[in-house]
Amino acid sequence: MSGSAVSELLLSVDGVTIDYSGFKALDHFSMTLNRGETRVVIGPNGAGKSTLCDTIIGRVRPSEGRVIFKGEEIQRLPEQQILARGICRKFQAPGVLPSLSVRDNLALAARRDRRWWKSLRSGISADERLAVEEALESVKLTHRADVDAGTLAHGEKQWLEIAMVVATGAELLLLDEPTAGMGPAETSRTAELIHGLGESRTVLVIDHDMSFVEQLAAPVTVMHQGRFLKQGSIAEVRADPQVAAVYLGHVA
Amino acid sequence: MPDLSRFQAARPALPWLLLGLAVAAPFALSAYDLNLLARFMAMAILALGLVLIWGHGGILSLGQGVFFGLGGYAIAMHMKLSDLPQGEIPDFMLWSGRESLPFWWTPFASPVFTLAAILIVPMLVGALFSWAVFHRRVGGTYFALITQALALAFSTLIISRQDVTGGFNGLTDFYSIFGFGLASPGTGPGLYWVTLAILCAAFVGLRWLLASRFGILLRAARDGENRVRFLGYSPTPFKVVAFAIAALLAGVGGALFTLHAGVVSPALIGVVPSIEMVVWVAIGGRYSLAGAIVGALLVNLARDAVSSAFPELWLYLMGALFIFVVTLLPQGLAGLAKGKGA
Repeated sequence: MSGSAVSELLLSVDGVTIDYSGFKALDHFSMTLNRGETRVVIGPNGAGKSTLCDTIIGRVRPSEGRVIFKGEEIQRLPEQQILARGICRKFQAPGVLPSLSVRDNLALAARRDRRWWKSLRSGISADERLAVEEALESVKLTHRADVDAGTLAHGEKQWLEIAMVVATGAELLLLDEPTAGMGPAETSRTAELIHGLGESRTVLVIDHDMSFVEQLAAPVTVMHQGRFLKQGSIAEVRADPQVAAVYLGHVA
Repeated sequence: MPDLSRFQAARPALPWLLLGLAVAAPFALSAYDLNLLARFMAMAILALGLVLIWGHGGILSLGQGVFFGLGGYAIAMHMKLSDLPQGEIPDFMLWSGRESLPFWWTPFASPVFTLAAILIVPMLVGALFSWAVFHRRVGGTYFALITQALALAFSTLIISRQDVTGGFNGLTDFYSIFGFGLASPGTGPGLYWVTLAILCAAFVGLRWLLASRFGILLRAARDGENRVRFLGYSPTPFKVVAFAIAALLAGVGGALFTLHAGVVSPALIGVVPSIEMVVWVAIGGRYSLAGAIVGALLVNLARDAVSSAFPELWLYLMGALFIFVVTLLPQGLAGLAKGKGA
């Protein structure tokens, strides 16, 4: 019945409050994401950007409000079930597993059956092997596949973790500061990488490197003190006096 | 720095060399020395379990003595009962004024029940205990402290219930096991071969387990429990299963040790022995199965040599050795050969 030309709602954060004994990291915050969209969330330090990610993946639990993913409330589900429904997050500090090889890191992420008794074998299925090779290719780490992830350069670790998040097959990817600690050249490559994902996945990017945000050329949501402040294109957001006052004015 | 390259090249051959020596031992050693070696090998079985949980799982247990004791007391109870004429109760119970066997002693008269208990009881206790702790997401130092408290509670319980446990003296004076006289000449070497076979089986089994996806996930949970959790895995079952396997190995080691040593007592399973077990593995190398076996053998050999000559000195020496290894050789003796791995 409904015209599928209209973008389909994937995630809706509805009036969520996260209360750390009096301090409201999120304060009746709401936003929505459509399937296939890439969105950037910006805001000054302490605006609640990482808390938003924590809430969506079930690391913290809201005292008020709902998180609705594909039409179902997920804010009370265990973390593993939230992931199984298709949400995966890249952490701010690179969260690769240092003593595992790059390939094993990806194989762990690509594995679909995550029950422990299914792990009592070695080797992986052909599908998963293919997914791992594709993921290696996408972040250009094929030649580094057999080294321990702990020995990668900082930028490579960030890319590996993005590739891990992609390899889980999640529909919604949360990328928390994917360019933290990167130089301009690496930042540009990361932007290209995320552009490439945007065709098949829904991506929520948190960052405050404005040149990176401009390269992503995606709609921007601005947060301030745990609340929704403004949404629009990067140009609109830059032109907004309220945003300038709380955020852009202090940067640059 | 000494040149270790030749040693490193020989590293894959090391387990085979050890096996060769172990097979030759019954033909080269006196009955007394063979018995001593068999005791140390029983301890090495426990040490392998520590490689699994501590080295690869990042779970430090200062209470492996509990599981060692559960296995040891199970077989000791069986031997106590099987040596008795029908209807009598062990002498220490009489001395404590008991007139009948406690109900939970009775089934240990059966060899089958005893063997099952040696395998199942430590594993079950290990699984339930570690699940209770890990599912509440308690880990690290807190876990180590809880296991130490467990070891203290267990040895205190045994000492305080002298009428049914033998108290501080433990259980001793055994004469036969499953119909074989412990004093007859063939039994010593026979038990040695059994111990060697179990040690080899445990080594091979753990090598396989550590190379499987289970092993990869265990190391992953050690390095980044949150990352693993948000890749959709629950780390708890991996840690609980590893802990249960380590408890099983400790129980089997304890039962074999009791057979070789002819005694099990609180002094062998309390807080201090439990810490010593960790020291064997720290010295041998906690990431390395072969290293843990070598560590358990060498430390116990040294202990035997030093403590018979200077009983007071041993604890100081072991403490110094531990500090030396932890500060300068974090991967133990195995680290001298090469980094991590089995």
